[in-house]
Amino acid sequence: MTTALETTPKAKERLVPGTPLLEVRDLHVEFKTRDGIAKAVNGVNYSVAAGETLAVLGESGSGKSVTAQTIMGILDMPPGRVTAGEILYRGQDMLKMSGEERRKIRGRKIAMIFQDALSSLNPVLSVGYQLGEMFRVHEGASKKEAKAKAIELMDRVRIPAAAQRVGDYPHQFSGGMRQRIMIAMALALQPDLIIADEPTTALDVTVQAQVMDLLAELQAEYHMGLILITHDLGVVADVADKIAVMYAGRIVETAPVHDLYASPAHPYTKGLLRSIPRLDQKGEELYAIKGLPPNLYKVPAGCAFNPRCDVATDLCRTEIPALHQVTDRDGAELAGRKSACHLWKETLHG
Amino acid sequence: MPDLIEKKNAAIPAQRGADSAEPKPEKARSLGLDAWHDLRKRPIFIVSALLIVLLVLIAAAPGLFTSVDPRAGDLRNHYLTKPDWSDVFGAGWFGYDGQGRSIFARVIYGARASVVVGICVTVGVTVLGGLSGMLAGYFGGWVDAVVSRITDIFFGVPLLLGALVILNAFSVRTVWSVVFALVALGWTQMTRVMRGSVITVKQADYVTAAKALGAGTGRIMFKHILPNAIAPVIVVATIALGGYIATEATLSFLGIGLQDPTISWGIDINSAQKVIRTAPFALFFPAGMLSITVLAFIMLGDAVRDALDPKLR
Amino acid sequence: MGRFVARRLLQMIPVFLGTTTLIFFMVRVLPGDPVAAMWGDKAPDPAQVAAFKHRMGLDKSMIQQYVDYMANLFTGNFGQTMAGRKVIDVIGEALPVTVRLALLAFAIELVLGVAIGLIAGLKRGKSVDKGTLLFTLLLISIPVPVLGFIFQNIFATNLGWVTPTVQDSMNLGQLLLPAVVLGSLSLAYVARLTRTSIVENVKSDYMRTAVAKGLPKRKVIGTHLLRNSMIPVITFLGTDLGALMGGAIVTEGIFNVKGVGNALYHAINLKEGATVSGFVVVLVLVFLAASLIVDLLYAVLDPRIRYA
Repeated sequence: MTTALETTPKAKERLVPGTPLLEVRDLHVEFKTRDGIAKAVNGVNYSVAAGETLAVLGESGSGKSVTAQTIMGILDMPPGRVTAGEILYRGQDMLKMSGEERRKIRGRKIAMIFQDALSSLNPVLSVGYQLGEMFRVHEGASKKEAKAKAIELMDRVRIPAAAQRVGDYPHQFSGGMRQRIMIAMALALQPDLIIADEPTTALDVTVQAQVMDLLAELQAEYHMGLILITHDLGVVADVADKIAVMYAGRIVETAPVHDLYASPAHPYTKGLLRSIPRLDQKGEELYAIKGLPPNLYKVPAGCAFNPRCDVATDLCRTEIPALHQVTDRDGAELAGRKSACHLWKETLHG
Repeated sequence: MPDLIEKKNAAIPAQRGADSAEPKPEKARSLGLDAWHDLRKRPIFIVSALLIVLLVLIAAAPGLFTSVDPRAGDLRNHYLTKPDWSDVFGAGWFGYDGQGRSIFARVIYGARASVVVGICVTVGVTVLGGLSGMLAGYFGGWVDAVVSRITDIFFGVPLLLGALVILNAFSVRTVWSVVFALVALGWTQMTRVMRGSVITVKQADYVTAAKALGAGTGRIMFKHILPNAIAPVIVVATIALGGYIATEATLSFLGIGLQDPTISWGIDINSAQKVIRTAPFALFFPAGMLSITVLAFIMLGDAVRDALDPKLR
Repeated sequence: MGRFVARRLLQMIPVFLGTTTLIFFMVRVLPGDPVAAMWGDKAPDPAQVAAFKHRMGLDKSMIQQYVDYMANLFTGNFGQTMAGRKVIDVIGEALPVTVRLALLAFAIELVLGVAIGLIAGLKRGKSVDKGTLLFTLLLISIPVPVLGFIFQNIFATNLGWVTPTVQDSMNLGQLLLPAVVLGSLSLAYVARLTRTSIVENVKSDYMRTAVAKGLPKRKVIGTHLLRNSMIPVITFLGTDLGALMGGAIVTEGIFNVKGVGNALYHAINLKEGATVSGFVVVLVLVFLAASLIVDLLYAVLDPRIRYA
C-alpha cells in the first residue's frame, strides 16, 4: 500500500518523475522495556520530494520523532526495533543497507536539526571544530580548509563576526545563534533532505520566526527536501507544503497545508486547530482536547483517538479506520488529502 | 450544555482503561524511607548487609565462634601443619601460624580491631567534618574561608604518610591511637562534602521560608538543612569506611599501626610474609577476611549511594 | 590563561605554608625522643646528647626551631640526617626512583583504567560490564600488601618472569611489577569513574548529533564521548599522582625499591625529624604541582570553566 503524498511541481527537477526523494512505507517501530512493549510507530507512510516541505504534526508520544530517528538511523536499538516497513532513499531501502553505507548517507545526504541546540552541540568542542568536522570526515578536508569552510557556513547562517567566533564554544552563543549553528551543521554538505525535529521549540518567540525564515530560505536556495517535525501548528503554516498529522504512531490525516487549516477532515486535527488561542476569541474559554495522549503500552482498540473523540461511535471503538481518500461533496478526489477517520465525511462536510 | 456533560462522562470509562497501565501515584515518602525501600530490593545490599552483621557479631563476641585462645602459641602445632579441613570451627581448621597459634582463632579475634577502627574513624570524621562543613557552608564569609583553607592544608598531606608520622609519636599504639591519627587526617574530606551539600540546600525555598517564619539559626541548621544535606555525606562515609579498614591493616602491616597484644589482620599478614612460601595459608586467611570485610563495606556504600542518589552513579 | 596560572600559584602559597607548618609540628611536637632512641637500650651519655642536640639545633626553643625550619625551606636547605648527611642529598637519591615508579603506575592506571572503564561503559549491563564491576571491586578490596604478595608469588616465584625484589631501582623493566601493584587500586577507581562517566554521556544529545553527522564510530567515541567523559577522571588523577608517591611506601617495602617510601620509612622509625619533614615537604610540593596541572588541564578540557 503506497500512499505517496502529492508532490509539488518544483520537486521534480533532480529526480526521475514520480520518484520521491524519501519514502517511508508502512513503518512499524516498537520499544521493548521492562513495562512491556510500547508500539511507537504503527504503519506510517509518507514521502518527501526535493524542494518540498512536509510538516509532521503531533503531540509527544505520537511517534513523529521516532519515525524521524528511524530515518536517520539514530534510534537506540535496543530498546527500539523496526518490526516492519521500508525507508526508501532515492528508491533504495535504507533499512537493508550496511552500517557503513548508512553512515555515509547521514549528514551528507540526509541531515538532522535537533530541538535543544545547547545540549545537542558538544560542550567541550569549539563550534568551528564541530562544523569543520563535517568536511574533514566526509570530504577529507584539511584542518585549515575545514576552518575556512566553517567560517563560510557561519556567515551563511548570518552569525555576526563569524571569523572571530569560530573558536568559541556553544555556551558562549545565544539560543538563536546556537540553533543557527545547528542549521549550518546540517547544511554543511548541502544534503538532499533535512529533518528538523522541533527546531524552534526551545527558542524565544521573536527568534523562532527568524530561525524558521532562515531555514525556509536556505531550503529553497539549495532545493532540499525538508521534514519539519513539530507540535506547533503556528510554526507550520507559513513554510510547509503539506502536513501529516500523527496520533499514537499512525498518520491520521494528510493534506496540503492550507486545505488542512481551512477544512480538517479528522476530529483530532479539528481539535488541534480549535485549541490555538486566537485574538478574536478574547474572553472565551480556551479549548483543549480532553483526556491524555494515549498510553503506547496499551493503545485503545479501534481508532486510538476514540476515548478523546467527541463524535466516536461503536465502530470507532472496534475497528481501526483506514486512511481514506478524501473527496469533496460531489465525490471528486481532493488531491493529497487523506483521513483515517470512519466519520471523515461528517467531519469535513458536516 | 447538558449534551456536553453527558459526552464527557461517556468518555471516562474508556479513558480509565487507557490509564490503568500507568504507575499508580504513590504516597509521598521521605528520602530515607524511599532509599530503604529501594535498598531492600538490591541483592548487593542484602549480601553486604548480611556480611557486615556477621562481622559485627564476630567483632562483638568472638568467643561465640571459637573457644581457642588466639594468643596461645603451641610450637608443637608447627606452621607447616596443613589446615585440617575436618576440624570445622576448631583450632586447626585454618592451620597454625609461625608461633603455633591457631589461625582460625586469630582471624576471628582480628575482626574486632578492623571493625572498631572502621566504625570509630567513620563516626569521628563524619561528626567533625559534618560540623565544620555545616558551619562553613551555612555562615560563608570568613568562617568559610578559614575552614576551606584548613581543609586545603590537610588535603595536601597524604593519609598514609600523615598517619605514619603521627603514629610514630606514640610509643604504645592501641586501636585508639590509630583512630585518632585517621580522624585527625581524614575529617577534612567530610568537611568538603558537607560544605558543598549545605551550600546547595541553603538556597532552597523551604530554608528561606523557615527564616521568614523566624526560626533560629540552630533550628534552621539542624532541623531544616541537616536532614536534607546529609545524604552525600552518608554515601561518602560508607564507602570510606572500607578504606579506613584497609588503611589500618596497611599501617599495622608496616609495623606502625597496631601492636601486639592487639590482634590485627594487618599484623598477621606482616608476620605471614616470613613463611609465605611454606605456609601460604597463614597469609591467605587473614588477607581473605580483610578483603571480604573491605568488600562488604564498599558494596554497602555502593548500594547506599545508588539508592540515595541515582545521579551519582 | 596567564592570569589564571598566576592566581592559582598565589593561592598555593598559604596552602604550602600551612601544610609545611602542620608537618613540622607533627614531626617535632609529638612525643618521642629521637636522640635517646639513637642509643637504643643503653643509657645515653648526657654530655654527648647535649652536644648532639646542639649540633642538630634541637636545643633551641620550638619557635626558634620552627623559624629556622621555614627559613631553610626557602633556601632548599632541609638540614642534616643524624648521621651527618645532607637531607637534600638523600632526597636527591631516592626521589628519581619513586618518580619513575609513580609515573609508571600512573601510566598503567590511566591507560588500562580508562580502557576498561570505556569498554564496560559502552557494554553497559552486558557480562563485560558485570565482570569489570567485580574485578574492580576485588582490586579495591584487596589491600595493597596482600596484592603485592600475590603478584610477587605469581610472577616472580611461580612464573619466574621477574625477580621477587628489585635489584636495580632505576630499571624501568624491574619497576614494572611494583608499579602494577602500586597503581592497581587507583586503576580500579579510574575504571569505575570512567565507566560511570561514559554511561552518563553516551545517551546525551550531543552524542546523537555526532552519530547523525555521519561520523565514524571511532570519532564519535574517541573525540566526542571520551573528551567529555574524561573530565571527572582527570580530577581524580590529579590528586592521585601525589597519593601514589606517598603510597609507594608499602610497595617499595615489599619489592625493596630504594625510593622515597623506603627512605621515609627508615627515617620515621629512627625519628629523623629533619629527613621526614624534608621528604614530606617534597611530596606535598609534588602534590600541589599535580593539582595545579590538573586545574589547568581541566580548564583546557572543559571550556565552560572560566579562568577565574
